[in-house]
Amino acid sequence: MKTNLNTREPLGQWFLGLIKEIKNHKFIYIAAIPVLFYYALFYIKPIYGLLIAFKDYSFVKGVMGSPWTDNFGFGHFVSFMSDPYFFRILVNTLAISCLGLIFDFPSAIILALLVNEVRSEKYKKVIQTCTYLPHFISIMVLCSMIHTFVAKDGLVNDIIAFFGFERSNMLVRPELFRPIFIISGIWQGVGWSSIIYLAALSGIDVQLYEAAEIDGASKIRQIFHVTLPGILPTITIMFIMRTGTLLSVGYEKIILLYNEMTYQTADVISTFVYRQGLLNANYSYSAAVGMFNAVVNLIVLALANKLCRRMSETSLW
Amino acid sequence: MKRVSTGDKIFYIVNNIILFLMIAVCVYPLLYVIFASFSKPDKLMQFSGALLYPLGFDTGAYKEVLSNSMVWTSYLNTIIYVVFGTLTALIMTILSAYILSRRGIKIKKLLNVLLISSMFFSGGMIPTYITIKSYHMLNTIWAIILPPAISAMNVIVMRTSFAALPPSLEEAAAIDGISEYQFLVKMILPLSKSVLAVIALYYGVALWNSWFSAAIYLDKRSMYPLQLYLREVLINSSTDSMTTGVAEGDKVAVSETIKYATIIVSTVPILCVYPFLQKYFVKGVMVGSVKG
Repeated sequence: MKTNLNTREPLGQWFLGLIKEIKNHKFIYIAAIPVLFYYALFYIKPIYGLLIAFKDYSFVKGVMGSPWTDNFGFGHFVSFMSDPYFFRILVNTLAISCLGLIFDFPSAIILALLVNEVRSEKYKKVIQTCTYLPHFISIMVLCSMIHTFVAKDGLVNDIIAFFGFERSNMLVRPELFRPIFIISGIWQGVGWSSIIYLAALSGIDVQLYEAAEIDGASKIRQIFHVTLPGILPTITIMFIMRTGTLLSVGYEKIILLYNEMTYQTADVISTFVYRQGLLNANYSYSAAVGMFNAVVNLIVLALANKLCRRMSETSLW
Repeated sequence: MKRVSTGDKIFYIVNNIILFLMIAVCVYPLLYVIFASFSKPDKLMQFSGALLYPLGFDTGAYKEVLSNSMVWTSYLNTIIYVVFGTLTALIMTILSAYILSRRGIKIKKLLNVLLISSMFFSGGMIPTYITIKSYHMLNTIWAIILPPAISAMNVIVMRTSFAALPPSLEEAAAIDGISEYQFLVKMILPLSKSVLAVIALYYGVALWNSWFSAAIYLDKRSMYPLQLYLREVLINSSTDSMTTGVAEGDKVAVSETIKYATIIVSTVPILCVYPFLQKYFVKGVMVGSVKG
């Protein structure tokens, strides 16, 4: 049965085909009902709710009934651009996610390369079990561990004091927020993110290594000339996916770690949306900010995809 | 035996040392928490540096934590959310994956568009909140378990696994004339036990760890999941409710060990099952990466 919308069959014929199909595949269409309901209620409806970004929303009037805002509906976007905090949260968001891209992203690849070179299978297993472990600790527990470790009498300060530096409550120091955020992120995620590269590594042809060995290549040269090129497609795909979330950093973790004293380096777009929207109930304004964020994400993703396709033939689409 | 050059030997040694340090860095913070939770509160207060064993042995903190009724209430809530949430999510994901794994179905196209676009674009925090509010789901279990019921990534993993079953299976089913429902329940699902386990685990762990949706959708304390109660105790540092029986002077010291004990109590279930389930988790990542 050929059913392709693009073949431009007349609508009536398509519709008849659909009815016939529903008759033949009753269960599939019954199964589709809850799924479509789910998407309608929890995916499409919120997207429709994005309309409030162009309106002055009030809960009583609803999405449709609320009046359009000024500047042809773009009032909230305009006032966001001229918000005194616009620049700050944009810079913070970019800074945190770029730092993540620079340090977090390669760390998993490096770990995978190192683990791949371990010759004892047992040791390899132990390493993997231990490095995956932090992934299963909840964000809440991770953040509370950070809170207690970097407190004035915490473990990290003990170590710092041991080397003769001064103790301080590190979570109220704006210049330390980003390092704390990134390092704890690496701690939690590096092992887990390395799985995908390890999978790719196991797919590399052993003959390539044998050939390299005969040519007299050292282990380190083999890594650079055989292993890395072998997993480059995987790295590229992961890189594109990562850039697609460039403007959406993990706000749950930031909310648990930041405070008014570190807003100048820690406040990002999504935490701003959270405070404006849910704590101050500026629904329309924060929906506009969130939409700005999502659209920029999409654009960055498309650009990264294009760039990678031009450079390496690997791309998402 | 292959001859190993000196340079490579050094490489292997350095590599093993680096990875050993890596193990230590990953595991030590957890060990520290365990040691600290069993330490005597006053000794822990005076101690500075890296704990290598508990200072004394005191289970007082655990007694305080386990005799706290809010710990039990929130634990029970979390278990309810995890069980029902995982069941709902599993059913929804099976249905989506089944539809997507069948060939030549018109509705597949629509579903695919929804699935893929939900990976890259969504309404966002505020419109979702307003939507949930408009359904009168605030302060109900539905707000916690329904919105995360379909995760695109998990559907893709499951669809890939369903589609990888031999096509002869479908032909045999067609010859036997069994219905599509029976085909799913009696053939596909029994053959996909491991992927079902993986996906159930993913949803389960996500629900276990989630706190943000509870924080914005629930304001009755009696409905708090464990993670949200942890925030009160650990992040906002209000251990007062647990130190009622403690002398005023010891409160600061005791509240430290109570924090550590709370971390352990809330993490133990995951840490207990983790070693046994690790290979399933990893398998899930692998399946997802093949055609992600």
